[in-house]
Amino acid sequence: MTLRSVLIANRGEIAVRIIRAAKALGLRTVLAHSTADKDSLPAQLADETVEIGPPAAKKSYLNIEAVVNAAKSSKADAVHPGYGFLAENAEFADAVTAAGIVFVGPSAEAIRLLGDKVMARQVAALAGVPTVPGSDGRVTDLDEALAIAARIGFPVMIKAAAGGGGRGIRIVGDAEEFARQFPQASSEAAAAFGDGGLYIEKVIERARHVEVQILGDGTDVVHCYERECSLQRRRQKVWEEAPAVGLPDDVRQRLCASAVALGRAVGYSGAGTVEYLYDDATNEFYFIEVNTRIQVEHPVTEMITGIDLVQEMLKIAGGARLSVTQDDIRIQGHAIECRINAEDPHKGFMPAPGTIERLVVPDGEGIRFDTLLFEGYAVPPFYDSLLGKLIVRGETRADCLARLREALDGLVITGIPTTIPLHAALARDASVADGRTHTRFLEPWLESDFAQLARSREDA
Amino acid sequence: MSTEIKSPLPGVFYRKPSPESAPFKNDGDSVAADDVIGLVEVMKSFHEVKAGVAGRNIRFSVDDADAIMAGQVIAEVEA
Repeated sequence: MTLRSVLIANRGEIAVRIIRAAKALGLRTVLAHSTADKDSLPAQLADETVEIGPPAAKKSYLNIEAVVNAAKSSKADAVHPGYGFLAENAEFADAVTAAGIVFVGPSAEAIRLLGDKVMARQVAALAGVPTVPGSDGRVTDLDEALAIAARIGFPVMIKAAAGGGGRGIRIVGDAEEFARQFPQASSEAAAAFGDGGLYIEKVIERARHVEVQILGDGTDVVHCYERECSLQRRRQKVWEEAPAVGLPDDVRQRLCASAVALGRAVGYSGAGTVEYLYDDATNEFYFIEVNTRIQVEHPVTEMITGIDLVQEMLKIAGGARLSVTQDDIRIQGHAIECRINAEDPHKGFMPAPGTIERLVVPDGEGIRFDTLLFEGYAVPPFYDSLLGKLIVRGETRADCLARLREALDGLVITGIPTTIPLHAALARDASVADGRTHTRFLEPWLESDFAQLARSREDA
Repeated sequence: MSTEIKSPLPGVFYRKPSPESAPFKNDGDSVAADDVIGLVEVMKSFHEVKAGVAGRNIRFSVDDADAIMAGQVIAEVEA
């Protein structure tokens, strides 16, 4: 079927992004929103709005029944879940489909399969994707687990099968500690996730985070090359790039081919991301997990490939085949995204909701700002702190960084503190410019370099 | 004389450390200035709220998981 309308089951900048993509395709847009978001930018832009509950996400954006009822009452043909909230909830995908509405994303089966970290690891291994050395699946017996840990070498991670996003992970350094932590980890996982299943993985000490964007239509799967998201704070991405810095071309080809093989193995439909750790000392990459949704950092891929991933998702959901073949997709230039959060980088990243007094968005070639902001908008305290994403493209990474520095200087948000100063400092940092970063770079850098910058600024 | 305890942050106020736990404090309890009386969730991060004042017979004016504004009175104690 061809879709005529879509309900957006999300908020903030991604709701704005989806509404714009849907309108470009001529779809009627319906926004499901909480009472806290009734005056938000997506509520102003959508053709129609439906209130689904009070501010607390549990009672609105995470309320499956309320969202499905909103889709039914507004006679929406499809539901786009965005990212976060219900985007990777198989039960939600089932409920939408059961109501005779199209879920914009992969099948509930694919979400379930790839959402179980142990199953996903097995699917990846079967598809020939390198996985981090570890157990073949769940391990319940302590002696067996100890033998695996000894074989792959300490330190190892004890991970909860039902965990993810950095939750449910313990790092242990030796056998004695392992024997003590393993039973605790199981009971904790049972309490936190309702599933005490554990698996073991080797710790890759110094790695980059790389991830491959895939698109599938249920039959064919293509990749849109990779992104690098090594700059993270508390396992949350802060700054993302495409393509990955310093990735040899033969490794890039193997990496991207492995993601396509994984997508094909499950008949993937929609946009997805296969995440890896990349060890640049050995040029080895290891599968971590699959995200079965559009990601926050998708614009860097759009900037270097020219593909509109959200429009593509909507077309695929409407039953279309992929509009591009692998040969059509090429890397053109380099792109960087900075996540601008309502946090004070000089005060331990304390969240700071409040009213926006002034907003000036830089204008220029290769500059894009995806945001939920407008002057006078009161950023509510109930949701995450992402205010917008500044995305800049240049012909080379050096061009991109130069343009980014200018764009960051031109971006003005007053009324609340933001992470703009953090990005302005990163964009001028020598290690960042040389691409000498990894997933454990940013936190020590904040303690040393950034703190020192802040002190010298105060002295001046 | 009763003293008001205000939340320094806007967000969602929780009276328990986790959904399964007992409340930090019940109505009628005595508190020390350093006692944690609740958590405020703001932008998906959690911050402890301390009584800030010693007193007895605490009375909460907000329920668990209520939305609150910065500066809102969340409890009163008899100093």
